Amino acid sequence: MKLVINNNEHEVDVAPDMPLLWVLRDELNIKGPKFGCGIAMCGACTVHLNGHPIRSCSFPVSAVNGNITTIEGLGSESSLHAVQKAWLEHQVAQCGYCQSGQIMSAAALLEKNPSPSDQDIDTAMSGNLCRCGTYPRIKAAIKSAATSIHESELEITQHDSVEEV
Amino acid sequence: MGKVAKITRRTFLVGSVAIAGGAAFGFWKYKQPYKNPLLADLQDNEMALTPYVIISKHGIKVIAARAEMGQGTYTTLAAMVAEELMVDLADVEVIHGPASKAYYNAAVMEEAVPFAQVNTSALARNVREFTKVPAKFLGMQITGGSSSTADGFDKMRIAGATARDTLIEAAAIKWGVPNNQLRAQDGHIVAVNSSERESQGLSISYTDLSDFLADVELKHEPKLTPQSQWRILGKSQFRVDMLGKVTGTAEFGVDVELPNMLHATVRMNPSLGGSIRSFDAAQAEQERGVKSIFQLDNGIAVVATNTWYAFNAIKKVKVDWSDNQIPKTNQKLVELVQASFSDEHQDSRFRDEGDCEGVCNDSSETVSAEYQVPYLAHAAMEPLNATALLKEGQLTIWAGNQWPTLARSKAAEISGLDEKNIQIHTLMMGGGFGRRLEPVYIEQAIKIAQRFEGQPVKLTWTREEDTMHDHYRPMAIARFQAVMGEKSPIAIDLKTASPSVSASQMGERAGIPAMGPDLAIAQSAWDQPYAVPNYRVTGYRTPASVPVSSWRSVGASQNGFFHESMLDELAVSRNVDPLQMRLDMISHMPSRKVLEAVGELSNWGSQLPEGHGRGIAYCLSFGVPVAEVIEVANTNNGIKILNAYAAVDVGTAMDPRNIEAQVFGGLNFGLAAAMMGEITFERGIAQQSNFHNYNSIRMNQSPDFKIRILENGDKVKGIGEPATPPAAPALANAIFNATGKRIRELPMNKHVNFV
Ligand code: FES
Ligand code: FES
Repeated sequence: MKLVINNNEHEVDVAPDMPLLWVLRDELNIKGPKFGCGIAMCGACTVHLNGHPIRSCSFPVSAVNGNITTIEGLGSESSLHAVQKAWLEHQVAQCGYCQSGQIMSAAALLEKNPSPSDQDIDTAMSGNLCRCGTYPRIKAAIKSAATSIHESELEITQHDSVEEV
Repeated sequence: MGKVAKITRRTFLVGSVAIAGGAAFGFWKYKQPYKNPLLADLQDNEMALTPYVIISKHGIKVIAARAEMGQGTYTTLAAMVAEELMVDLADVEVIHGPASKAYYNAAVMEEAVPFAQVNTSALARNVREFTKVPAKFLGMQITGGSSSTADGFDKMRIAGATARDTLIEAAAIKWGVPNNQLRAQDGHIVAVNSSERESQGLSISYTDLSDFLADVELKHEPKLTPQSQWRILGKSQFRVDMLGKVTGTAEFGVDVELPNMLHATVRMNPSLGGSIRSFDAAQAEQERGVKSIFQLDNGIAVVATNTWYAFNAIKKVKVDWSDNQIPKTNQKLVELVQASFSDEHQDSRFRDEGDCEGVCNDSSETVSAEYQVPYLAHAAMEPLNATALLKEGQLTIWAGNQWPTLARSKAAEISGLDEKNIQIHTLMMGGGFGRRLEPVYIEQAIKIAQRFEGQPVKLTWTREEDTMHDHYRPMAIARFQAVMGEKSPIAIDLKTASPSVSASQMGERAGIPAMGPDLAIAQSAWDQPYAVPNYRVTGYRTPASVPVSSWRSVGASQNGFFHESMLDELAVSRNVDPLQMRLDMISHMPSRKVLEAVGELSNWGSQLPEGHGRGIAYCLSFGVPVAEVIEVANTNNGIKILNAYAAVDVGTAMDPRNIEAQVFGGLNFGLAAAMMGEITFERGIAQQSNFHNYNSIRMNQSPDFKIRILENGDKVKGIGEPATPPAAPALANAIFNATGKRIRELPMNKHVNFV
C-alpha cells in the first residue's frame, strides 16, 4: 500500500484495517501523532488528510485517499508554522502529550477560518482533550496565530502591490 | 580512583543541607553520602562536579533528577543551576539522570509529619528537619508532593555554585592568579577588573577548563547569589522542553524506538485483584502480526510486531476470570466508608480544641451535613507504557515514571539481577498526577522482556486498561456538625473517612510499612489556619478494598471540598459574607493575603447579573495557601462556568509564567473531577473505561482565568498540586449562590447540567 506523508511516499504492508496512527507510529517511526484513547475521543492522534483534521487512531489505513500531514510535516524547529510559533510565544505545553494533536486541529481551523471567534475555537477544539488543562493558552495562541497569519498575508499583498506598481 | 574520593569529599556541600539537625536519628550513620551515580557513565575527560552538574568538553549538563511530567521541573531546576553557574538557561542541557538513591527527595517527607503547615514552633521545625534523614535513609527518589522546587532550591543552587567556584579555582591555578581576581561570566572565567587582562587572553570557557577540574580541591563553601541579584530565577523562562513539544519531537516513554523492537499489550482481570483460571488464545494467535500470547500475573499478554496488532489480538483471547474480594456493588463500597465512622476505625485526631460535642449538643442551631466524593482515575493523557531489554545480564528500562528507585528495586526483584546491572531511563511523561509513582507497568514490561531475551519489547496499555486498572483516588465521606456565631463559626466537628492511600501505596505495593496515622486521610482538613474556639477534626480509616493511590493533591482533593463547602454552608446560614468570614477566622498573613487578593481579582461583592453566582474557597496544601473564586451563570441549558480567579502564595516565585500554568492547569484538573469525574465498581470492575464515559473538561467548558502570585510565605514552595483542592468547593459554592442548590456529592453532573 502506498501512502504520501509529509510529501514523502511510503510503501507499507499492513492489515488494511490497521488505523493510520499505528502505521505512522510503529511502521514508519513518525512519532508526533500520539495515542491517547483509540476511540476518537481525545484528539491526540490528529493529523491532516488533504488538509482536514482526522483522528488517525480510528481511521483505517486502507481508507486513506490523499495526502497525510503530521506535525512533523507542519513545520520544523528551523521553520515553524505560525501556529507552532504562537505555541512557543504563549508557552502553551505542559506535559505536551496532547499538543501535536492540538496544534494540528488549530492549524486546520485557521486554514479554513482565518479569524475564528471564541465560539469557533471552542467548536473546533473541543475534540482535543488536554488533561493538563492548557486551554486558556491554547485559545490565546490560536488568536495570536490568526493575527500573525493576517499580518503576513497583509505583507504579501502589500509586497505584491508594490511589485505591480 | 582519586576522582571518586574527591567527589565524595565535595558532596558535603549538597549533603549538608539534608543532614542539618539530624543528630537524633543517627546523623553520623547516614552522613556518608550515596555513591555518585554519574561516575559510572562518565566518558573520558568528563568530570562530575556534583551529582547535579556535569561539565565536559561537550558542554554543561544539568541532572534534573525529578521527572518532567508537565510541571516544568526541568526548566526550574536547570534555572537554579544556571543562576549560580553564571550561564544562560539555553546554555545547559537538561537530562533526567539515572535512578539513584543519591537523589532522594527530602521535601516530600517533610510534609509527611503531623504538624500543621503553618506551625513553625521549634518542635515542628525540628521534626521537619529530622524527616530529611529517614527520606535519605529510604532513598526515595520521588517526583511528587509538589516538592521538586522546594527540594531542589538549595541542592541545585549549591551544586551550581560549587561548580562555579571550582571553575574559578581551576582557572586560578592554571593562570597562577589569586581566585579573588577572577569571576564567572557567561560561561567563562575572566579576570575581574581589567579588560586589559581579557585582551591578554585571561578568559577561558568552562568547557575548555573541564580538563583541569579533576585536580581542583575546593576549600571553601561557595556563596549563593542573593535574591536581589538573580538574573534568571524569579523571571519567566522559556521552557527547555517547549520546542520539542510544539514540533512533535519531544520523546515520551511511548515514543521509544529501538532496533528490532517488539510491541506488547496486556489485559488484566477487569475485576481488580481477581486472578485468571484459564484462557484460550487459539483464534487470537491466528491474527496478523502476533508473536506470542501468554499468561502474565493475573492476566494475559500479547506480543506482536505492531502495537495495534497486539491491541487487536488481545480482544480475541477468551479468558475465564476468577472473582475478587472487593465488595460486589458500588453501593457496598459507599457503605464501607459510611461504616468507618467509629472509634474502632479512628485514624487521627490532630486537632481537638475546646468542647465541640458540648457546644454542638447544647445549641439549637447546629448545622450538620454529609458529603461524599467518588473514586477517581488519574487519566494522564499518555497511557502507561514501558520498554524493557534484557541482554547479556543487563536489564535496561525506558519509561516515564515518578519513582525510579522503586522501579529499580522491583526490577531487581523480578530479574534477580544486581541493581548495578539495571539501568532506568526516565523519559518525559504525558502526565503523571501521581499515577506513575507505581511501577506495575514497568514490572510487566520486564516480565515480558524476559521471554524475549536480547530483543527490546515495548509494552503499551490501552486506555481501557489504564482506566480500569488504576490505583484510584479513594472514595471519601465527611460528616460535620457545627455551630455558627455572629461572624464566624464557634464550633466545628468535622469527620472525614476514606481508605488509606499510604497503606495501599506505600505499605502494600512499595513495601514501606507506614506506621501511625495516614496523614492523607485528614490532610488539609485538620491543619487549616482557621481560628475556631471549638474545633475538632477526626480522620477515619476505611478498610482496604479497591487499590488507592496519590492523585494530584492527595487527601486535600477531597478534604478541601468538604471543609470549604462546610464553611460556605455556615456563612450562608447566618447571611455572613463567606470571604469576610474567612478573613475573620485567619491570622496567618500569607493566607489572608491570598484571600484579599482573590477578592480583588474577582471584584468580590460587586453586583452580578441575574442568574449568575460566585463561590469562594481557600485551601492550604503542601504549604501553599490558595484562594479561588469561581463565577457561574445559570442558563436554560445548565451551568456555565465563566470565570476562575486564583491567588496563590509560593513563598518565592521561581518562574511566574510556569506557576501560572500550574495554577490554571491544577484548577481545571479539579473542576474536571468536580463536574464529571467518577469511577464506580460493580463486582470489582470499574464501570468507566475511556474518555467517552470518563470524560474531562474541554475547551468549551474551561473558564477564563485571572491569577495572582504572591510571595509572602517564608519558604520556596511547589505549585503542582495546591491549586486543585479549592476548585470543587469554589464551584459548588458558586452553584449554590446562583441556584440555591447545595451540592454535597461529586461529581456534580449528577445534580446539575453543565454547558
Ligand atoms: S487517540 Fe485518537 S482520538 Fe484519542
Ligand atoms: S499538555 Fe498535557 S495533556 Fe495537554
